[in-house]
Amino acid sequence: MSTAETAPARRVAALAGAWCCIALAAPPQAPQLGRPASGELIATWNLSVYPDGRGLPPGQGTASQGRSIYRARCASCHGVDGEGGSGGNLAGRGSLKDADPDQTVGNYWPYATTLFDFVRRAMPMDAPATLSSDEIYAVSAYLLYLNQIVGLDDRLDAQSLPRIRMPNRDGFIGIDADLPSRQIGPR
Amino acid sequence: MKIPGQPFSSYGQPSTQQRGVARWISANRAVPGNGVSWTPLHDLEGSITPSGLHFERHHNGVPQIPIDRHQLLMHGLVQRALTFSMSDLARYPMRSQILFIECGGNSNAGWHELAQQTRAGFLHGLASCSEWTGVPLTLLLDEAGLDPSATWLIAEGADAAAIQISLPLSKARKDCLVALYQNGERVRPENGYPLRLIVPGWEGVLNVKWLRRLEVAREPVMARDETARYTELLPSGKARMFTFVMDAKSVITSPSPGHELKDKGMYEIAGLAWTGRGRIRAVDVSADGGASWAPAELQAPVLPMAFTRFRIPWRWSGARAVLKSRATDETGYVQPERAALIAERGRRGYFHYNAIVAWEVDEEGQISHVYR
Repeated sequence: MSTAETAPARRVAALAGAWCCIALAAPPQAPQLGRPASGELIATWNLSVYPDGRGLPPGQGTASQGRSIYRARCASCHGVDGEGGSGGNLAGRGSLKDADPDQTVGNYWPYATTLFDFVRRAMPMDAPATLSSDEIYAVSAYLLYLNQIVGLDDRLDAQSLPRIRMPNRDGFIGIDADLPSRQIGPR
Repeated sequence: MKIPGQPFSSYGQPSTQQRGVARWISANRAVPGNGVSWTPLHDLEGSITPSGLHFERHHNGVPQIPIDRHQLLMHGLVQRALTFSMSDLARYPMRSQILFIECGGNSNAGWHELAQQTRAGFLHGLASCSEWTGVPLTLLLDEAGLDPSATWLIAEGADAAAIQISLPLSKARKDCLVALYQNGERVRPENGYPLRLIVPGWEGVLNVKWLRRLEVAREPVMARDETARYTELLPSGKARMFTFVMDAKSVITSPSPGHELKDKGMYEIAGLAWTGRGRIRAVDVSADGGASWAPAELQAPVLPMAFTRFRIPWRWSGARAVLKSRATDETGYVQPERAALIAERGRRGYFHYNAIVAWEVDEEGQISHVYR
């Protein structure tokens, strides 16, 4: 009888003690379970490409090489000349002040590096991440060619791509955060 | 009931009579995994969206991710690059918060010249509200150890679009979560299973689903979905970028288009209001197109960055009436009339349309969407 009565009382006391410790431990303490990530893992996973070219892989391509890749892998959604379809309109240099302007790579995208990055991570939608780096440079070059930003045989690679100054590079206003500093990317 | 009922069920479902209460899917004809599905706000009550009706925006389908193989990588400007398994994260201290998520493209039909005729949820239902539970992101950032020069965080999903966005590190440290649970159960696959970044009050695209990588940086990466998309072209030819905060919005969900008033008499006007800047302070309702307004009752508790239900009784005389709601948030920001929003932004911005919505009730009790 006496053990039956005292055991719960002891349990309550133990819980009260634990409660006390929890209260004193605030704010929450992380159990620190993160495991070191190897440089190899990071290199495999990290797809980021910055406006200054950091993250661009080796490889190269020209618009003339990119034309056939574009027609085989991209044109069914984006149109033979980048005029759009089920996918967005990619080519055209109409004024953004027009009443109903198309927003294209040529008149809207601020950085050429974004083009490489987006094709690499997400295109073509029916088979993303299946183009080689050379093919992505070539397709990027072809899209820039369709927008009269590079010539048919201009070579794009990790050095030349970030040096391209896109026509709408300064076309943006930062609302809830500042735009990247002027030191980043081509001037 | 004088006969025995149905047996138990291991996971309950809505009544079979409610099958019409469903998301409306609007997908790319060539790529079925690219598109949206809308929450049927006009069929729902209260302020929590059932998980199965939470809106979807997928850029290339819903990935099927084995939870025991998924990892979160944290790297970049940190002292220790780390990976976290989902079972590791389940041991961390968690926080629950009821929060709306709204796609930046919600309500975009409002920019059209003519008022689109469809249900309220299919105009404004790229917004939903859930209780999200997860690990405060700042705990993981502190564990990795931030370089003093770090100012941005780049987040990436494990979907076929490998969606990527940048957000200021100050926001990540303030109130972001890496969420494991939605409305008490594991996050649904279409909402990011097994891990979703939750960025309270900010544009939906920042709430990266299927979160696999967080990179601490000193500048934004300028990804496609923060440059070519999710930016808003102004009449000047310049475009708004990094429009993160969702401004105050409200919409009357009942009565709304598709509902019918059968007789004149008393009705309750009910709707939802929300703001990315904190709490809703007031919702005013008009039944005469904005000539006069009356304050609606706000359903308690009014939570920051969550759906707030508002209600007000209304006697319909049987005459033509135009119903409007106007939200004011705790910063004093007032939801604008459509003409004022368009005067400021033009009509080509696509994203961040938050103007006052008007529903017209005609003499037959039919309801349509109007611009007034």
